[in-house]
Amino acid sequence: MSSSDTSARPRAAALAPAPEPPPPLHRLEDLLAAPRVAPRRPGRWISALVLLVLAAMLVHTVVTNPRFQWGTVGAYLLDGSILRGLELTLWLTAAVMATGYLLGIGVAAMRLSGNPVLAPLGFGFVWLLRSVPPLVQLLFWYELASLYPRLSLGIPFGHEFVTVRTAHLFSGVLAAYVGLSLDVAAFSSEIVRGGLLSVERGQTEAAQALGLGRTRIFRRIVLPQAMPAIVPASGNLLIGMLKATSIVSVIAVQDLLYSAQLIYNQNFLVIPLLLVATLWYVVLTTLLSAGQFLVERRFARGRDQRTATSFRRILRGNAPLLAGLS
Amino acid sequence: MTGAPAQVTSRPLVRIRGLRKSFGGQVVLDGVDLDVHQGEVAVLLGPSGSGKSTLLRTVNHLERPDAGVVEVGGELVGHRYHGGRLHESGPRTIARQRAGIGMVFQQFNLFPHLSVLDNLVEAPVAVRGVPRRQAAARARDLLERVGLAGREDAFPRQLSGGQQQRVAIARALAMEPQLLLFDEPTSALDPELVGEVLAVMKDLARSGMTMLVVTHEIAFAREVADTVVFLDGGRIVESGAPERVLTDPRHERSRAFLAAVL
Repeated sequence: MSSSDTSARPRAAALAPAPEPPPPLHRLEDLLAAPRVAPRRPGRWISALVLLVLAAMLVHTVVTNPRFQWGTVGAYLLDGSILRGLELTLWLTAAVMATGYLLGIGVAAMRLSGNPVLAPLGFGFVWLLRSVPPLVQLLFWYELASLYPRLSLGIPFGHEFVTVRTAHLFSGVLAAYVGLSLDVAAFSSEIVRGGLLSVERGQTEAAQALGLGRTRIFRRIVLPQAMPAIVPASGNLLIGMLKATSIVSVIAVQDLLYSAQLIYNQNFLVIPLLLVATLWYVVLTTLLSAGQFLVERRFARGRDQRTATSFRRILRGNAPLLAGLS
Repeated sequence: MTGAPAQVTSRPLVRIRGLRKSFGGQVVLDGVDLDVHQGEVAVLLGPSGSGKSTLLRTVNHLERPDAGVVEVGGELVGHRYHGGRLHESGPRTIARQRAGIGMVFQQFNLFPHLSVLDNLVEAPVAVRGVPRRQAAARARDLLERVGLAGREDAFPRQLSGGQQQRVAIARALAMEPQLLLFDEPTSALDPELVGEVLAVMKDLARSGMTMLVVTHEIAFAREVADTVVFLDGGRIVESGAPERVLTDPRHERSRAFLAAVL
C-alpha cells in the first residue's frame, strides 16, 4: 500500500509542470503551399526495362531466325487444305459449344431444381464428365464399337426396334462431336449454375410478389443479372474449346492442326506449318476476345461503372505492366 | 358513402386463421389469427425472430404455411379447397393472386439492370397486358406521387436508399394492388432517410390503402396504425388500437418489448 503510494508520487510530480508543446517543425503556410511529389518506384522501372528488353529479344529472334521460314508460313497460310481444316475446326467448335451449352443449361436446371432424383443425377453427370480427360473420352467414343458392337432402339430391357452396328455409327468427327459436347456440358453447367446462384434471392421474390410468371422472371430478371457472371467464364470455355478441338487429330479428323500435320508429314516443314496453325488460332482467339468484350459491355447496364466501359481499360487490365507505367 | 361504420361488420380483406409454420423444427408461427379490414393499417410489432416477417410473407404465399389458411379478398391464397383437401395452387394461380398484393422489402429488391421506369412498367405490361405507353404514363404519375418526378431514366444504383425504397413503393403501386405488405421498409436505411419513406407510407394510409406493415418505428405505428399487433414466439400476444396497446400494454411480453424500444 505504502510502496504504491511512494511510487505514484514522483510520477505525479513529474507530470505537474505543464509540458511545453514541441516547437513546430514547419510553418503551416509552407506545408499548404508545397507541391506534392509522388513516391519514386525504382522497382517498377527496372522490372519494366528488363521485361521490355526480353520482349525485344524475343521479337528479334523470331523475326530474324531463318529457321522459322516465314516465307513458307506465308505460302501455306491460305493453302486449300489448311482452309478446309480451319473450316472444320470452326464448325466443330460451334456445334460442340451449342450442343454443350444446351445440355449444360439442362444439367444446371436439374441441379437447381431441388428434385431429389434429378439434382443428384446432374451432380453425378458433372462429376463423371469432369473427371475424365477429354482425350480419353474421345478415344472411348471412337472405340465404342469394341465395348458395344451393336446399339439398338427399343423398350428398356425389352423388345428392340432398330439396331445399328456401332462401328458404322461413330466416325471420328461424330466421336469428337459427342465427346467434346459432353465435356462442354459438364463445365458449362457449372458456369451457368454459378451465374444463376449469384443473383440474389430477393430479385426472384420481388418479381414473384409482382405476379410475374416463372419464365418471365427467368428471362427478364434472373438471366440478365446472371449474364455478367456467365459471359467471361463462357468466353474462356469457348476459346479453350476452339483450341481443344485440336485433340481430334489423334483420331485422324482433319481439323486445322491435323491438316498442317498431314502437310509436314510429307514435306518435313514442321515448324512453318505449326506456325500456320498457330497464326490461325491467334486470329480466331483475337476475334472471339473482341466479341466477348462487346457482349460483356452489353450486359454491364446498371452495374458498377468500373466493370463496364472502355476497351482500353480491359487492355490495361490485361497488361499489368502498362497499367503500372501509366 | 358506405364508409367507416360498415368496416367493422364487413368481411375482412385479409383473414388469417390458425397459421402455423416451422423451419427445420424451429416453430416460427404457432397458430396466428388475424383480420385486416379494407382501408385499415395494421402494424406488426415484436422482437426479431417473433415471426412478423414470416407472417407477412405467407399473405402472398412467399412462404407456404404448414397449417392454417390465408384469405385475401375472400379468396384462399395459394390453395384450392376441393374434395375435402387443400390443394396447393399452380404457379399461374399463385402469380395472379400475388399480382393483387403489393410488397415492399427491407432491401428494396429493385431490378438493378432496369431503369426506374422499366422497374415500374415491367409488371403491368407483362402481367396485366397494359400497353407500354399507358404503363409508362402511369409510372411517371406514381414517381411524382413518391417525390421522384424526372428520375425515370436513372438506374437504381444511382439513387439513395430512401429514393430506392420510394421507387419500390411506386413499383408495388403500379399493379394497383388491393393490399400492400411492408417488410421492415426502413430498417436498411440511414437514419436521415427514414422520414421520406415514412412520409410516403403515411400519404398512402391517408388515401385509404389497406396496409400490413412490419416495422420497428413505434412513432409511425402510433400515428398511422388502426391496429397494432404484438407478436412473440410465433403468437399474437396482444392487439388493439395504438393508443391503448402502445401506452398501456397488458401483456408482459409487449410491455418488455416497448420498454426496450422506447
